[in-house]
Amino acid sequence: MCLAIPAEVIELLPDQMARVSVDGVGKLVSVALLDELAIGDYVVLHVGFALTRIDPEEARRTLALLGQLGAEVLA
Amino acid sequence: MKYVDEYRDGKLARGVAAAIARDSDPARNYALMEFCGGHTHAISRYGLEDLLPGNVRMVHGPGCPVCVLPVGRIDMALQLAAKPNVTLCCYGDLMRVPGSRGNSLLRAKAAGADIRMVYSTLDALVIAEAEPSRDVVFFAIGFETTTPPTALSIRLALKRDLGNFSVFCNHVLTPSAIERILACDSDGVRIDGFVGPAHVSTVIGTAPFRRFAQDFAKPVVVAGFEPLDVMQAILMLIRQVNDGRHEVENQYIRAVTEHGNRIAQAEVADIFELRENFEWRGLGQLPDSALRLKDAYAGFDAERRFALDDISASDNPACECGAILRGVKRPAECRLFGTVCTPETPMGSCMVSSEGACAAHWSYGRFRDHARRKTA
Repeated sequence: MCLAIPAEVIELLPDQMARVSVDGVGKLVSVALLDELAIGDYVVLHVGFALTRIDPEEARRTLALLGQLGAEVLA
Repeated sequence: MKYVDEYRDGKLARGVAAAIARDSDPARNYALMEFCGGHTHAISRYGLEDLLPGNVRMVHGPGCPVCVLPVGRIDMALQLAAKPNVTLCCYGDLMRVPGSRGNSLLRAKAAGADIRMVYSTLDALVIAEAEPSRDVVFFAIGFETTTPPTALSIRLALKRDLGNFSVFCNHVLTPSAIERILACDSDGVRIDGFVGPAHVSTVIGTAPFRRFAQDFAKPVVVAGFEPLDVMQAILMLIRQVNDGRHEVENQYIRAVTEHGNRIAQAEVADIFELRENFEWRGLGQLPDSALRLKDAYAGFDAERRFALDDISASDNPACECGAILRGVKRPAECRLFGTVCTPETPMGSCMVSSEGACAAHWSYGRFRDHARRKTA
């Protein structure tokens, strides 16, 4: 139910709508719940609404930490 | 980076599993509850339990809104759908949830009721706009993730002057359910820590979970729904338990902040207010655990508009959904599981939604159990 997927903002449209790409599939969604959105941003998309912006820096940091955890133990 | 496949990497997962094996204390048991159905689904689908040591047990929580919706609310929706002028719109998960006497929205639709599956509240508004002679009711369910989209649909209906649109509100609140589980120690489920919700937390933030960490001395780690997110959260919980810490930590930092989405919170606060009581399947009546429309928006409230009375109906007496939702029983311990109750013919709600503990076990977990028995 709380399923939500990352989507890339392709075009900002009037009435707080946007065109996004979900792994290449285009979709019209509402971005009324977010401010300061830019083309190229990734958002978490849930039932037609963008809920939050994904922070690329934090995303990379999480992946780096995950890699480091394994490297420590398996080294 | 697309933020999906990267967090499903098997090699990284084995590394985190090795860290869990190293850090977990073989002399003790760890019972960790994942609250959300999204986590339950990820754990079953990716076989994460196979990567965990035997003394780390995942207990599936009640965080699937379809699963906790009581039979009576489905019966009320069926009453609504039976009205000749009503078009009932709902998310797909609700169609097969059993109401009383084996009825469901899918059966009512087959019998001629105007019930339409929609992806978004925006789609329900499009129907209301295109068919002004129909009374379009949106059957709203969900936790804090799904509530802002319902709030915005009411705001848009008001703006577009859609007098034929209303909402049958069944939105529920995560913290109330966690509190109930923590207060239900009498059942004998001792939970050492919680994997906190992913997308609920994008809206409410991590701050509301501080109360549980403090008052009940339980660690909470908010985690994303990808398998590596869940694995990392389990490791973070094990470390907290080992250290005797009970803090709120955030694994899902790429999407969740401490205070959440303030715009979404303001929309919800403007449209909705707390209900004194709401019935949850498996947990009973919980005070201050659900939302209803404020008086200012009474015209959009389907319960008032169609003068619906509360219906209290009982589950199939053999169904163990209640105990499963509280983490007291496992799906395979229910007599109905896999016999009369399957995703094709669900007897209880936990078998309906793919996020339900029974459906997840049916689709993925039972094969693992089978393989385990064979090798034993």
